[in-house]
Amino acid sequence: MLKGWKDIPIGGIIDEPGKSREYKTGTWRVLRPILHEDKCVHCMFCWLYCPDMAIVIDSSGQKPKMVGFNYDYCKGCGLCADVCPTKAIEMRPETEFIEE
Amino acid sequence: MPVNLFDLAKTFETRAEDVGLVQGHRLCPGCAAPIVVKFSLMVARKLGYEPVVALATGCLEVSTTIYPYTAWTVPYIHNAFENSAATMSGVETAAKALKKFGKIPQDKKYAFFVFAGDGGTYDIGLQSLSGMIERGHKVIYVLYDNEGYMNTGNQRSGSTPTGSNTTTAPVGKVIPGKVQLKKNIVEIVAGHEYVYAATASISDPNDFFAKIEKALNFDGPSFIAAFSPCVRFWRVPDSAANSISKLAVETKYWPLYEVDRGVYKVTRKPRQFKPLIEFLKPQGRFKPLLSRPDAEEIINELQEYVDRRWERLLILEEATKGKYIR
Ligand SMILES: Cc1ncc(C[n+]2csc(CCOP(=O)(O)OP(=O)(O)O)c2C)c(N)n1
Ligand code: SF4
Ligand code: SF4
Ligand code: SF4
Ligand SMILES: [Mg+2]
Repeated sequence: MLKGWKDIPIGGIIDEPGKSREYKTGTWRVLRPILHEDKCVHCMFCWLYCPDMAIVIDSSGQKPKMVGFNYDYCKGCGLCADVCPTKAIEMRPETEFIEE
Repeated sequence: MPVNLFDLAKTFETRAEDVGLVQGHRLCPGCAAPIVVKFSLMVARKLGYEPVVALATGCLEVSTTIYPYTAWTVPYIHNAFENSAATMSGVETAAKALKKFGKIPQDKKYAFFVFAGDGGTYDIGLQSLSGMIERGHKVIYVLYDNEGYMNTGNQRSGSTPTGSNTTTAPVGKVIPGKVQLKKNIVEIVAGHEYVYAATASISDPNDFFAKIEKALNFDGPSFIAAFSPCVRFWRVPDSAANSISKLAVETKYWPLYEVDRGVYKVTRKPRQFKPLIEFLKPQGRFKPLLSRPDAEEIINELQEYVDRRWERLLILEEATKGKYIR
């Protein structure tokens, strides 16, 4: 018998903020976004909208630049391609990249 | 000063510094809920606030905190489905007390956010929300409105629109889906008088950012009703969250406005509107309705309804100009 509530062991501990990063949602992907750099105007729309924070940008310069995708987490929803004003993102079947 | 997208991007390089909600959450691909969170937290952080987050039970909560993981990197609390506003009221009060007793610095700027679904807001969490506003807690309550109990598989809520197909109000031969109107939650909240209430849509980021900023600067409770497409149960492509949101605004379905202590302001007035059918048609949840023989009649009724609501908004805007309740 426990004497009081203070004796109840603490349960359900998550030891690290953002630990979900260990779970790679990229394995869900059916379509893969591909960047056509020549068309990209670095407007940051894709970065703003991506629900999975899977757009990689370089913000070291004067203006931030779109670099590519974090395929560890990208779920392939295609929203980035939909919001891109210059159609610089193409969605391709994941099966085309199977040997990687 | 308006928040600028490039500024935001420079502050939050995705991998270096996160916005508070990070990768690895398990919301459906293309779900709008994390975008609503992103928009809100980014502005708060950009303006020097440290966000503190409470969630109501629902898709966002369940999918971001699957044990032993969490997708949150800011102080976070979940209590139950019905009491997120009460929970955050307590957190906000505790922070005040801790400041008073010198446990945390006086000048520390916190932004207390609640994110809750429509079930957790229009229905089960309504009295806790009302209490929070009435007591005047400085909390920003962000409703992500996906118009149904989605986490449990698409049941009808007080927010589900008329004619939508859900498992508890299916469209059949006799009944055309949900027959009741969607509750006007902004009006209910605005009825508390000393409150900043607004609608927002991810399809208009500048308007969204401005409203979050206004809420942060307001010295009382705020409420942001953010339109949040559920790509799964609205039966639209995974990539459609933004385009459907855009149509909602362009067809008067989701007017962008605010009620600041009783003063109405329509923050976006599209020069031309699209017919409501353009919003309904691409969504599978309205497909059973649209294939009924009496579809045209129902659509006309709904069109008249959104038209009347829009006119009413413009009248209210005119009538309340400068007439702050307090
Ligand atoms: C008191 C109580 N009743 C029922 C549930 C089951 N439940 C969990 S999430 C949920 C639906 C939440 O709907 P909503 O608030 O709209 O959020 P969404 O999942 O749509 O994002 C329900 C009914 C619960 N957790 N607690
Ligand atoms: S939305 Fe398109 S143009 Fe803009 S940064 Fe992304 S890829 Fe480039
Ligand atoms: S496909 Fe979806 S998840 Fe992948 S980068 Fe584009 S917006 Fe993000
Ligand atoms: S069911 Fe709908 S609201 Fe829930 S995670 Fe999926 S898309 Fe988002
Ligand atoms: Mg919901």
